[in-house]
Amino acid sequence: MKYLHLIWAALFRSKTRTFLTLLSVVAAFLLFGMLDSVRVAFNSGGNVTGANRMVVASRLSITQMLPYSLDAQIPTIPGVKQTAFAAWFGGIYRDPKNFFANFSVGPGYLDLYPEFVLPAAQRKAWEADRTGAIVGETLARKFGWKVGDTIPLQATIFPTKGSNDWTFRLDGIYKVNDEKQKGQEQVLLFHWNYFDEANDYVKGRVGWYIIKLDNANSSDRVSKAIDALSANSDHETKTQSEQAFNQAFAKQIGNIGLIVTAIMAAVFFTLLLLTGNTMAQAVRERIPELAVLKTIGFSNRSVLWLLLTEAIVLVVLGGLIGLGLAPLLMKAAVAGSGGFIQLPSGLPSETIIVGVALMLVFGVLAGLLPALRGMRLNIVDALAGR
Amino acid sequence: MNRIYRWLGNVGVILALAAGLVAWIFLPWQGVLAVAVALLLWLLLTRGGRLALAAGRIGIAGLPQRWGASSVIVIGIAGVVGVLVAMLAMGEGFKATLDSTGSDDTAIVLRGGSQAETNSVITRDQLPLIASLDGIAKGTDGKPLSSPELSQVVNLPSRSDGTDANVQFRGVGPDAWALRPGLKIVEGRRFGAGLRELVAGRGVQKQFRGLQVGRQLKLGNQMWTVVGIFAASDSHDSELWADADVLGPAYQRQSFQSVTVKLDGKTGFQRLKAALAADPRLKLDVQTTHDYYAKQSEQLTKIINVLGTVIGAIMAIGAVFGALNTMYAAVAGRAREIATMRALGFRGLPVVVAVMLETMLLALLGGLLGAAIAWIVFNGYTVSTLGNNFSQVVFQFKVSPALLWSGLKWALGIGLVGGLFPALRAARLPVTEALRAA
Repeated sequence: MKYLHLIWAALFRSKTRTFLTLLSVVAAFLLFGMLDSVRVAFNSGGNVTGANRMVVASRLSITQMLPYSLDAQIPTIPGVKQTAFAAWFGGIYRDPKNFFANFSVGPGYLDLYPEFVLPAAQRKAWEADRTGAIVGETLARKFGWKVGDTIPLQATIFPTKGSNDWTFRLDGIYKVNDEKQKGQEQVLLFHWNYFDEANDYVKGRVGWYIIKLDNANSSDRVSKAIDALSANSDHETKTQSEQAFNQAFAKQIGNIGLIVTAIMAAVFFTLLLLTGNTMAQAVRERIPELAVLKTIGFSNRSVLWLLLTEAIVLVVLGGLIGLGLAPLLMKAAVAGSGGFIQLPSGLPSETIIVGVALMLVFGVLAGLLPALRGMRLNIVDALAGR
Repeated sequence: MNRIYRWLGNVGVILALAAGLVAWIFLPWQGVLAVAVALLLWLLLTRGGRLALAAGRIGIAGLPQRWGASSVIVIGIAGVVGVLVAMLAMGEGFKATLDSTGSDDTAIVLRGGSQAETNSVITRDQLPLIASLDGIAKGTDGKPLSSPELSQVVNLPSRSDGTDANVQFRGVGPDAWALRPGLKIVEGRRFGAGLRELVAGRGVQKQFRGLQVGRQLKLGNQMWTVVGIFAASDSHDSELWADADVLGPAYQRQSFQSVTVKLDGKTGFQRLKAALAADPRLKLDVQTTHDYYAKQSEQLTKIINVLGTVIGAIMAIGAVFGALNTMYAAVAGRAREIATMRALGFRGLPVVVAVMLETMLLALLGGLLGAAIAWIVFNGYTVSTLGNNFSQVVFQFKVSPALLWSGLKWALGIGLVGGLFPALRAARLPVTEALRAA
């Protein structure tokens, strides 16, 4: 630690070079921060710890609906604590480009989703209002909705009385506090009873059931028992954990993890070359100085550590700036695109931890060869400029 | 005073550079050719140009000595170009697949406001009404060419890791083959009318398990036999086809979801649209199948393009700093040599051009390397994503010449920025000081 000023001075010996290298590192980690938080948001798939939720959906296909009668049967299975159901609505607000998820939910749905924070008064008002709806805060902000507004949706699947026009009254705005789950705020929920009664096509059908287990260990047994209820019927079900359900869906969009990894591999390979080259230059230029250091008593090992630390400080400094800028840029991108692009609003802790680990690794890798060279310098040769 | 002039000069250079870069990105290839020819003529025909060439040759001859540092430029730029081209090729491939699906002489009829087949319903009693509308071409038997279709989403295990993915299972009428002449059976035969048989697109066959001719698979609680494989080289390649009258009952569907019709000549579409609007019994939308499929690619292609450009731009900024670093070091390392040249009478411009030539050469190498990698690895790379009908669309990356070209332009742009400031420093190097320095 007492040599920090020495490292600092060495780092800014050539200001241009350090500054330019720093900026490259900033760019690389800025990209890493943005891409990796997208990947984390994509893969987390509603993974709320301790939620113990499972999804019961049609085995045939995602668009096939299930009978309402299962609502009475599923809770009889031992191990099932609570159930609720929902049905996809697929309405569009003004323009198909404004896509957001909207579906009708049965009573008690919010009890299964404690992470949706809705003020008690608003919840009461919503439950009393047959045509009421609630939306997440992000969505409300995007369209400037306030409680009490009327929200018109164009049905794409379910007409009501021969027309596609549905209207809902906004009774509440919920929040999701977990940064990773912010995507859940882009949803509109309304009452299944209203949906069932007002739509022209389907009666007594729901899209999927959500169940909460007594404890997570019984999930295998419970899912088999639920699927057995409808085995060999025309509505066979498939019960899986909520996470597996969401991940299967996310996976279909594409292997985001692979794309992110491939891009970052290209970026970091270049970065390594760049910082390695900078450090090599820095050592080459300073050979006489290093020889002086050794002459006045610095051991070979401490010269190694000085140079290695210099590289690590350079990468960590740039990396931290990059990670710090990433959320700002993501916010700007979301605002600039008018909600067209959805990005998480903050860096998940996973990304920060992986990022810092990468900085340390790259610092060591970039600094190792030049530092070894510095360590092995022969004082006499170095001073003589040989 | 001198400092102020220099500072003003730098600001001017930066502004000119920004304007130049914007112009460069939008420059068509004729423009690029003109710039290249003008530069070449100047290099070969004028005194200044020949001096620049001579100075550049010295710098380039020294490149192998600085290979480690120079490779930072080459690889940095190759990374930018590779990622950029690969990302854009993904969007391009998706767009190409959907754009080539459908044609302008067939139209698809959907329930009003439904946007996609999955959401649409066409009841059986509407079928004769639709078929009798004006604007629909007649087949050889004198009946209107129309195919009522039904599309179900089914789960199939993917070939890569066995997880279930959604695939579109389309039930078609007997006219469907005539309506899509681009669709050819490449293995086996067509499904038989009224039988539980299906044919699979080549794309689906490659991405999912259990779709060999002769194999049976269970879909919608019933066993189906795969009797053929078809190739369409468009988004139908991602579908399974069967007889609509067999598929409907298997999924308890009494109604259809869309009707595809052949249009009668050039005015067919207008006439059909007018006839549909005039019939109060039919609340339906009609669009040409080409428009219907092309629209499906719009959003995803736009997202991929924006993302690709943003990621490419951030990487490019990183690469610019890398190039600046390397070239500043190169100029500093050759300070004596450059000062000697200037003492011999090389003026500012040839020195600037010489350093720029060197950087651009490295940038070009990087661009070619990146474009080549993107082309070799990704051209024709098959992937699938979730399309508009909640089901997988199989498509291939398309590394088109236009993309390679824009990748090269990006590379040269990065080289331009990365080389200009070091070149200016070289030209401004105080000769006496540089010569005196050890």
